[in-house]
Order: sequence, then structure tokens, then C-alpha cells
Amino acid sequence: MSGMTLTEKILARAADKPRVSPGENVWVNVDVLMTHDVCGPGTIGVFKKHFGPHAKVWDRHKVVIIPDHYIFTQDAMAHRNVDILREFAREQDLPYFYDVGSPRYKGVCHIALPEEGHTRPGEVLLGTDSHTCTAGAFGEFATGIGNTEAGFVMGTGKLWLKVPPTLRFVFHGQLPPYLMAKDLILAVIGDIGCDGATYKAMEFDGEAVYNLNIEERMTLCNMVIEAGGKNGVIAPDQVTLDYVNARNKSGRSYTPVYSDTDARYAAEYVYDVRRLEPIVAQPHSPDNKAPVSQVKGTRLDRAYIGSCTGGKLTDFRAAAQLLQGRSVRIDTFVVPATTEVTRGLDSERINGQTLREIFVKAGAKIGEPSCAACLGGPADTFGRLNAPLACISTTNRNFPGRMGHKEARVFLASPLTVAASALAGAIADPRDWLT
Amino acid sequence: MQSRITGRAYVLGDNIDTDQIIPAQYLTYNPAIPEEYRMFGKYALSGVPDDQAGLPKGHIPFHDPSDEFVSPYRIVVAGKNFGCGSSREHAPIALAAAGIQAVVAEFYARIFYRNAVNGGYLIPLESRQRLVDRICTGDELLIDLDAALLTNLTTGQTFELQPLGEVRPILEAGGLFPYARKAGLIR
Repeated sequence: MSGMTLTEKILARAADKPRVSPGENVWVNVDVLMTHDVCGPGTIGVFKKHFGPHAKVWDRHKVVIIPDHYIFTQDAMAHRNVDILREFAREQDLPYFYDVGSPRYKGVCHIALPEEGHTRPGEVLLGTDSHTCTAGAFGEFATGIGNTEAGFVMGTGKLWLKVPPTLRFVFHGQLPPYLMAKDLILAVIGDIGCDGATYKAMEFDGEAVYNLNIEERMTLCNMVIEAGGKNGVIAPDQVTLDYVNARNKSGRSYTPVYSDTDARYAAEYVYDVRRLEPIVAQPHSPDNKAPVSQVKGTRLDRAYIGSCTGGKLTDFRAAAQLLQGRSVRIDTFVVPATTEVTRGLDSERINGQTLREIFVKAGAKIGEPSCAACLGGPADTFGRLNAPLACISTTNRNFPGRMGHKEARVFLASPLTVAASALAGAIADPRDWLT
Repeated sequence: MQSRITGRAYVLGDNIDTDQIIPAQYLTYNPAIPEEYRMFGKYALSGVPDDQAGLPKGHIPFHDPSDEFVSPYRIVVAGKNFGCGSSREHAPIALAAAGIQAVVAEFYARIFYRNAVNGGYLIPLESRQRLVDRICTGDELLIDLDAALLTNLTTGQTFELQPLGEVRPILEAGGLFPYARKAGLIR
């Protein structure tokens, strides 16, 4: 009998079983359920319809509600949806509701979750958002679900899941300064296709992965959904544990889990990061991969740095490194993922200048922390593509219409490549701008 | 769940993501509120680029001018990776609100598939071969779920489908909640 992968082990424990195998359907106990303003109202509707108008959630300490999608908009329906969340949090006395307009407001849920100590190794985190897989960076099983499933979890704390086979991605070598986690995951998605990991887990390993800071590991796991992956996961190390222990305010105990040495993988992919180039995903699919040298010079109208994928402090530090003392040639939008990241723009300095000062001096516009234009949203959303523009972005998807206009052309790239392109006014190679 | 589904086909290509099925600006409607639910039918498939809408020719509107909420089509036929992208349950809801009873694709993105099944909105079927090049928008189709066959009544051709397998009991019950109740998992 072979061993189990990290993903199989977490699901086995969550299902109270000694072992599980890929393809098996199991009922798992959920450790954290997360929802937000776009899917929360529907989820609450499902919950009340099936468990009754006065039903209580299965465990009020395990339900986390983070409004983040349509926040800084005049759209009355969007405000109504946040009101539904607010009313539900009050009625259920939920301790983890990060309300809009309050000092607790956070911004993008996938970054807020770890910041507020809701991610722990070995746990099962389900969220009504496809990028819930981001939390796999903390050595847990994290995946996106729908409203019906989330409504079911709210009432029972359980859900049926099919155990996925695991693909293993090993990154050897030391990451060159012109590459970021975004380049690695765009390389993987380009290689296996945007359906290459459908129904599968993606486990990341290798010294290049363990040399990444926690935010970069989150970027890696964040985009597994763009290959169809069910979850992405990185085994916890000291970096993970230090981050989690510093933030685990509830003090809930957890048990890290690791893949067995004889675990069985459906496939293994090995990369030497020293041989990779910065990668750009061209319109209209995240798997439409090109090395930056092939698309260099492509004209652009706009650059966008933000989202759960590319709106963390590490992303802004990288972009600021190139933008310092220079001016952008196209409209450039900077959207911090969370309020904590926003504070970081004022506290982090490069050569004495804060990141905010660098961005403002370079001519970029800075928005409020939320999902903003990553997924288009209401017409008045900051940075939304309301015309058929060409945009290079640190976000995660470029299917038609994703950032607004369905004839807009969106190129996905790392914060370094996006910053270099903002300076050039066309797709640029960060190697030409790094000094 | 009926074992036979008939109706006209609306044909789409590969990687039809959830933003094409229901663009993000319409996610402010709450599907739990009946008056808002029908708005999802109105905007279903409105994100598909015009030249890809209704293959093989494209430029075929999903709705007739006579009804802005419910489409005259009953079955969506698509290629690979249908429903990729976000986890929004609004995607199968939008198709169902527009009157779609089944989707026949080569395979699905997993969240869309689970949402379609667990919500009991429509039947997500997998074809054994690529049908996008063999069925035209507007063709009259017959799906026999027991025999796992799709017949194009317009051309007389019959194609095999993958049996529904383990999700059939959930779909037959009408979704996750009625299934779990039947199985004694919830009251």
C-alpha cells in the first residue's frame, strides 16, 4: 500500500478515515467557511430556505464573512448585498465579519484570511470564491464552492468532496531577480493548459518554492484554478509556521501534515527556474503563454497592479523597485488587496521613499483595497476596462470580458513585467529595466 | 428528473468561462430573490463574444426579441472545459433561468459541474466525442439519459454520452439538500 499525498492526508483526517484514495467521495468536516458580498447573499438565502428562517450556523467561530468585491461603487444593489451580510452577521453574532466602513474592513478575502489568522496547516477551508485555493500556501486544503454547497456547510459543517489525484510540480534552482512566483505559475498553466489540472490537486515543491516568501507562495497557489485545479498546496515549513503562529489570534491548535515519501502522484513536472524567462499570458486565456521576449513591444493602453494574485506588499515592492524615479507612459492603476497592504504602502520604503510616494511620483493612480477591476464589476469600478483597451495586469484571468469590456485585450504578467511595461508604454522585459 | 430532454441546441466553443456565461456586473442581483432570479435569464451568455455566439456561424442571439428573459433554446452544446473560471453559482442559475435544461460538453470545470449538480439546476452531460462541429445552433435534439444517447433530430445522427454515474442520484433527488435529506444526513 503506497503512502498518501498532503491533500489525501488532510481529506482523510477531515473525513475521520485512516486513508482515502483519489476518486473516492468522502464527507469532510469543514474548519473554516468563507463567503463575501457577491456569493454571501445567495448562500444565506440557501441556508435560510433549507434550515429555516431562525436557523443558526453550525459554528459561529468557523464562519468568516469578508465583503470585498463591489465596495467602492455607487451601485445600490451592491450596497444592498453588503447590508444582507451585515444583518446576517448581527443576527448570528458572528465574530469574524469584516464590515465595510468599519475599522475592521479588510478588502480581498484571500489575503484577509491569512492576515486575520484564519489559515492554518492541515485544515479544510471552503470559500464561495474560486481563488480560495490561495490558502493552500499554508499547507491546508482550500477550494472554491458554490452557494448551495456553502449554504449546506453553514448548516451542517460538512460537505461531500471527491478526493483529487495530485500533480506534483518541483522547482529547482535559485530564482533570478527578474522572476516572480507569477512567472512560475504562468509557465505551469501554459504548459499543462487551462484544463490541465481539472479535478486535480497541484502540489508545489523544490528549493525555489521554499525560498519564496509566504506572499509569493500564495501567488503560486492562487492561480491553480486557472489550470482547472481543485486545490494547490505547499507543505508547511518554518516560514509558514512563523506567519501562522504570529496571526492565529483565536489560538486554535492545528497539526501540520506532510506528504508521505512513497505518496503516489498522477504526474510530476520538474522545472529549473534559472532557465525560465518572464512569462506573459496573452488574450484571451491564462494558458496563452509567451516568453516576454516574444511579445515585447506590443502596444498597451493601461497597466493594472492589484487583486489577490498581484496586489500584495511583495507585488508592490517589486513594482516600486522599477517605478522609482521614473514616469509611467500609460494609465497605471495600483490597487492594494487589503487595508493592511495599504498601510504597507506608507510604511515600506525604498531608498527613503515610501511605496506610495514612488507610485504617485511615477504617475500611477492608487485605489481603495478591494477586488476592483480584476473582475470588472459595476461600471464605476476603479480601473475597470469600459472600452476595448489593451491592458497588462497582475491579476489572474483574461477570458473575454473579465476586466469589463468584452473586446478588451488583457495580458497577464508579474508585477515586475507590468511595471516595466507601464514605463515603456508597451510590453517590456523587466530585465531591461532592472538596474 | 425526466429521462428524456428535447429542444433546440445553442452551440458554443471551448473554455466558456463563467464571465461569459454571466458577466460580473450582473452578480449584484441576488438569486435567492425570485424577482431578481429572472434577471439572470436575461443576461445569460451575454458575455460571449458575438462571433462565438451560436456556432458554427456565430452572431446568433441567445434570446428571441419576443422574450428577453427565457431563451428559445433548451440545450447548450459546448466543447472543452465548460464553466471554467469563477465559483459563481450564478452561472448554472443563469442558464437554468434562461430555460436551459441540459448542457452537453466534452468536460467541465469542476466548480461549475458541482454547482449544476448540487443546486439541481440543469443536467451537465459529457459527450464521448466533440459535438461542436457536428451540431448546429438551432438543431432539434433528443437526449435519452437512460440510454446515455443524444440524437440530432435535424440530421438523424446519434451520439454516445458518458453515463451520469455517481451524480445521478443527486440530480434525481433535485440537488444536494433533497439528496442529503433522503439519505438521512439532514432533517
